[in-house]
This record gives sequence, structure tokens and C-alpha cells, in this order.
Amino acid sequence: MSSTYSTSPFIGKTYGVTIRHLTKNFGPVTVLQDISLEVRPGEIFVIMGPSGSGKSVLLKHIAGLETATRGEVRIGEFDAADPSTRDQVHLALVFQAGALFSSLSVYDNLALYPREHRLADEAGIRQRVMRTLQILSLEKAFNKFPSELSGGMRKRVAIARALVMEPQLLLYDEPTSELDPVMSATISEIIATLRQQTAVTSIVVTHDRDLALSIADRIAIIMDGRIRAVGQPNDFRQPADPVIANFLNPVIDFKNPRFKQLENNHE
Amino acid sequence: MKQLTAVIDHIGSAVLLLVRSLKFVPTLPRQFPRFIEQCYLIGYTTLPIVTILSFFIGSVLALQSGYSMENFGAKQFIGTLVGLSMTRELGPVMVAILLAGRVGSAITAELASMKVYQEIDALVTMNIPPERMLVLPRLAAVLVMMPVLAIIANLCGWYGGALVCQYTHFISVDSESYFAALKRYMGWKDITDGLYKAEFFGFVIVLVCCHIGLSTRGGPREIGAAVTRAVVTSLILILVLDYFVTKALI
Repeated sequence: MSSTYSTSPFIGKTYGVTIRHLTKNFGPVTVLQDISLEVRPGEIFVIMGPSGSGKSVLLKHIAGLETATRGEVRIGEFDAADPSTRDQVHLALVFQAGALFSSLSVYDNLALYPREHRLADEAGIRQRVMRTLQILSLEKAFNKFPSELSGGMRKRVAIARALVMEPQLLLYDEPTSELDPVMSATISEIIATLRQQTAVTSIVVTHDRDLALSIADRIAIIMDGRIRAVGQPNDFRQPADPVIANFLNPVIDFKNPRFKQLENNHE
Repeated sequence: MKQLTAVIDHIGSAVLLLVRSLKFVPTLPRQFPRFIEQCYLIGYTTLPIVTILSFFIGSVLALQSGYSMENFGAKQFIGTLVGLSMTRELGPVMVAILLAGRVGSAITAELASMKVYQEIDALVTMNIPPERMLVLPRLAAVLVMMPVLAIIANLCGWYGGALVCQYTHFISVDSESYFAALKRYMGWKDITDGLYKAEFFGFVIVLVCCHIGLSTRGGPREIGAAVTRAVVTSLILILVLDYFVTKALI
């Protein structure tokens, strides 16, 4: 990754997020139950939890992609569920699988936002896109299509596409999933350095313990759709709560009856 | 009752999609490259199959009617029959069916896969309304291309019929007589009614296919299911609406 963040243009107003009594039902299934959280402007807030605990659904509520059954999400003073909020807040979401536009090249993926919002002429857009690609060491991949990229590159392009929007709130959904440890460390470094350079509020959803402990200002643990704990990374290095301890530091016990059952099924 | 509610819900959602898309009509000049791309996909790529099928439909129509009408000495009206049938009914309906099968399925597959792979969500978070970028250029393109395709289908059908009439030994109606009969009983209203139909069918097909594509939920398996649903719904709508539109135009 290039170290030329000092030229970053993304410093601007950033927003905190307030979630009040958020409940979400999908039919008879309750995915989120009475969630209340406060994310302060400029911090990296990590939401951790096991698969299926509702953390991605929570992130979609913050992004305004889901509407709450009860409760509300506010970005600064704006209602996240109101589509007009996107006119006020530059919000960018880095999707778990990248969600890059498969029919567009890397360059066009990044240029789409400034083009559609007429933020600059084509020369200005080119400068902005190439500068962002350079920040993430992707300048050589500008004419490739998403299908030609590795998993790690796709993630970086997704982050670059988010950055080109000059976001005031940056959301990451499982940014290190399916990546090798080296690439995970690189992505962690990118997230931390971007916040340092741009002061943008970043909300990261992950179940990657190392990522969370290395970049977070604060961490929330979500389990079965409820907030189990909120604290600073140090609070989670040796957690007192045995359920959280088991989630963060799982011990594989082959004498566990569940393994016996799996073994029998296999036979 | 549940199914009826689901149908009403779908109709309502499709109408809302149309209203949301029409809100962006003033932005259409900015969508010009996408509009041209869709004109190419809807018009140019559909043209060969429309040409071939309409030519042979006109030919078969002439063959069948020539065979039957010879018995009661009405061969001189084959041109009228082929002309009116192609212009008022077979041309627009056949083009609509081809559009549903070829373009409608492609639209649904593309939008459904964009939905499943979260590309639509990405657009929404980027504050780029999918209706503006994905639906409106397609609706505008189909409105421009459908009359063109219908006119070409009519012409191919007429000429297919003329060739069969001239070169089939038991019919032997020369092209001059064939086209004279075609012109004698066909007015501008017949042609414009056919074009209105084609326009209407095309618009409905693209709207339905966009709606089904954008409302797809679930995984990759749902993409195939959405395409099937879109094509079947379009075909049913073409035939049902054909009755009502024809009745309204007569």
C-alpha cells in the first residue's frame, strides 16, 4: 500500500450514529432485538458477533437498506431510513463480497459516483479516481474487470470505490472475510490509516478477532440479535463473560458431544 | 386469496416502479449513452430473429389461406388477409413474444443478478437511484424500438406472403395483385393500431421484467426462477392485454 495519505482529500465533516431500541423482524423471526448503540464521530466502532447474529442486518439499517420494525437509526441528526438522508450524508458501504459492478472496469466502478453526481469534468474525475487507486496501490489494475481480480484486490477496489465518494461515514461489512492473514493485515492497516488521515467515522462488522482488537476504538458484541457487551479493545482481551470468552477465544474440544454427533453422522 | 393479494401487490409495485422511473425523465438526456446501448440491445440484436420469423409467418399464412381460399375462389383476397393479419395482430404480438423471450429474459437476469450480488444495494448507498440508471433508459429504448421492429415484421411478413403467392403453383397470385389487394382493404388506422399495440406490449414487458429483476431476493438460484417468472408473466400479459387492447382499438 502506498504511504501517500498526506495528500488525501477526504478530510471533512463526519457523523456519529445513534441507534435507539432497534428491532427487526423478518416474518416470525426476530433478527435484532431492542438494539441501542451510540457511535461517536470519528471513531472506529467494530461490531462483532458469530455468524447469523444479526450484525450485517444492523449495518444495513445504518446504510438505510433495511427499515426497522421498531426503533430508529440516526446519522447525526438525519434519519437513516429516509432516502433523502443520502443527499445530506456521504455514506459509503464496503460490501462483504465487494458488490463491484461486474460490467464495468475498475476505473469505471470508481468513476461511476462522481460521474452520476457530476462532481467534476472527465479530467477531474480521472485525476480523482487515479489518485484513489494509487492510495490503495491499484493503479495498474484500473482497466481490469472485477472477474479478473483476486479476492484481496476486489476488497481493495471496493474500499477505493467507497473512498472516491469522500465519505462522511464509512461502513465495512466483513472486510477481511475470505482473505489470507497477510491480506487481512493489509486491509486492517488500510482501515486504520484511512481513519487516521480522514477522521471519518468507521463502523466495521466482522467476526475477525484480530482485526477488531487491532483497529477498534470501541467494540460491541452482538449475539442472537442483542447487544451482549460494549467496551474498549482491552476489555475483550481477557473477557470475564464466559460466552464472550468462548466466542473470542474458542477452544476446540474433540470430546464435545457435538463433535461426536458429527462423527457419527459422517460414518 | 393469498395469491390474489400477491398479484395485486406485484401490480402495485410495478406501478410504483414506473412512477419512480418517470420522475427521472428530465435526466434522460444525461442517460443518452445508456439509452443508445439499450436501443442496440432491444432493437438491433432482436432484428434478425424478427425478420426471419415474420417472413415465415407471412409465408405460412399465405400458404394456408391460399390452400383454403382456392376452394371458393377468393384467392385474390390473400394479400388482404396476410396484410391485415400481420399488421393488426401477428406482427405486434410476435414481436412482443420475441421481446419477452429474448430481451425480457436478459433484462431480468441482469437486474436479478445485480440484486443478488448487492450491486443494486451499492447503487442505493451511492445515492444513484436504480430506476434512473437501469429502468428509465430501457423504457425509453423500448418505446423507440418497438414500432421499428413491428414495421419491419410487417414488411417481412407481407413480402413472405407475396413470394409464396407468386411461386406456389396452386396459388399463383402475382405480387402486383397481392399488394393491390393488400392496399385496397388496409388503411392507416390498421397500421397505427398495430404500432400502438406493439408499443404498449413492449412497454409492459420491459416494466414487468425490470420489476421482477429488481425484486429478486435470495441467492443465485433465484435468478433463474426470476427469469422464468418474468417470461411467463410477460407471455400471459401479452395475450390477455391483446384482447383488451384490440377491443379498445376496434
